Amino acid sequence: MNFSEQLEARYSDMLTHYPIKRSVLVPMLLYIQDELGYLTDEAIHEIGQRLDISDLEVRNVISYYSMLRTKPAGKYNVQVCTNICCMVRGGEEIFDHCKKKLGVGHKGVTPDGVFSLEEVECIGACSWAPALQVNYDFHENLTPEKVDEVLESYAKRQEQ
Amino acid sequence: MAYLVSHPDEVKVISKRFGMGAADIDRYLQLDGYAAVKKALSMTPDAIISEVKASNLRGRGGAGFPTGMKWSFVPKESAKPKYVLCNGDESEPGTCKDRLIFEHDPHAVIEGVVIAGLSIGSKVGYIYIRGEYRYLSEIMQKAIADAYARGFLGKNIFGSGIDFDVYWHGGAGAYEVGEESALMESLEGKRGVPRIRPPFPAVVGLYGGPTIINNAETLASVPHIMLMGGQKYAEIGTPKNGGTRLFCLSGHVAKPGVYELPLGYNLKKMIEVVGGGIANGRKLKAVVPGGSSVPILTADECDVAMDFDTMMKAGTFLGSGGVIVLDDQTCIVKFALRTTKFYRHESCGWCIPCREGTDWLEKTLVRFHAGGGVKKDIDNMQYLAENMLGRTFCPLGDAAAMPIIGFVKKFRQEFEDHLEGKPCPYEKATELVGA
Repeated sequence: MNFSEQLEARYSDMLTHYPIKRSVLVPMLLYIQDELGYLTDEAIHEIGQRLDISDLEVRNVISYYSMLRTKPAGKYNVQVCTNICCMVRGGEEIFDHCKKKLGVGHKGVTPDGVFSLEEVECIGACSWAPALQVNYDFHENLTPEKVDEVLESYAKRQEQ
Repeated sequence: MAYLVSHPDEVKVISKRFGMGAADIDRYLQLDGYAAVKKALSMTPDAIISEVKASNLRGRGGAGFPTGMKWSFVPKESAKPKYVLCNGDESEPGTCKDRLIFEHDPHAVIEGVVIAGLSIGSKVGYIYIRGEYRYLSEIMQKAIADAYARGFLGKNIFGSGIDFDVYWHGGAGAYEVGEESALMESLEGKRGVPRIRPPFPAVVGLYGGPTIINNAETLASVPHIMLMGGQKYAEIGTPKNGGTRLFCLSGHVAKPGVYELPLGYNLKKMIEVVGGGIANGRKLKAVVPGGSSVPILTADECDVAMDFDTMMKAGTFLGSGGVIVLDDQTCIVKFALRTTKFYRHESCGWCIPCREGTDWLEKTLVRFHAGGGVKKDIDNMQYLAENMLGRTFCPLGDAAAMPIIGFVKKFRQEFEDHLEGKPCPYEKATELVGA
């Protein structure tokens, strides 16, 4: 299989950065996941072939990294930090609020596929807690009202 | 938004260019950008290392190892290529400072990598940034590309005859990967399981070659040291603890944020004066002064200088700079539980004391905080944690154990208050403190 032209260009460029081609595996897996939504069996086989490692070995690596998934998530994956700095500033309440608003629990996907939700470990926003990420976007200094605004802004994007 | 804050007590060295658009290379050049690399190119490798040694710069990632000494461990001759690896995997709970460096001053990190490389005879540097920091990775990739376009990286940098390549590398979610040997494993395309030491990375590192691995803040400090001189940098701090560092104030302070203060600044003053004291009229209960892995300090123990040596004497660590401030409505048992849950989740699973120990501790604390605790659980947790210490394959096990030992020793009463099915005294006390 081929990836998009842009991703193929990135792949070719990244190969020149390392003496051992296996080094591109982890960053490439994330870029492939961004493109396909999740790491499909086909993509796993493809990257394995290119890097001379078995499908099993690719899955072995995938299972270690918490951002990588082999099942689809929502178009907008809401990742709420509930680690200690966010927790003491209301992070759990933010997570509960998201659960109610979206109607799903940890690792759940809404029936229309627009949102998914998970609680995550520290995302590096401790001084601006509580915080969450939607895909790669940071949203910080949250209140339930701000969370509603954030979710609505993504829902609107989806409608456009 | 990761907004910037300031306080008059700050001494701005690394954060000097924050908020000035220095990610743009032309702006960076206006602000003394790349002057440090040019200076380093005119020095011998030994002279560079001497300058860094004179600065008393110590690792800003958490361990506080003297940077100049680390660089001096790299052998002069090597059959395999040597590498510089910037650790930008910032994942220690309480820590959000490298994020600001990547956003506001990425070129300073690039300069630090190049200068480190010149000092050890390396020709390649990697800047590893955690996967969640995608917008920062994009800023760094652009900064690197701009530097290549100007001839500051690549072949014959600055017309010096020396080649030096710097590449970005991305993670995909893993705290353990911040441990330097696990970082190398990850960069080599594998699970982030740490390596046995010795040999240490300076001798056998990336792809088997000598490698120095430093935290992003440590490397970003290097160009400033080159320009102001090591001794001047050292004098800002305390003896053997040179310079300034970025402190991430979080938790229940009135003015959370990232502040750059000299090493040796008093913790109590940091909380009350810089952080504005405790919010909502509550009282200080405790502080975790250097990221979740360091032992907790009670409110009475905060009158202490924040440098590596003083903090060690005080029974804790300066750590990653994550100053987590807790008020009197915080349940220490719940805090202990969430801390332990984090380590259990992030344990790479390789060694039994960590894999099984974190799991046992979490299960015990879950039962405990739900009211199912029995008296001997308290001593058992302490015993378990003490027996994890020093017996795990890497320091993550220590990071999981030390906090528990601290919580039980210093807040035993709180654990006893949860016994016999008593409800948590702090339930429903958390108010949303969002801005």
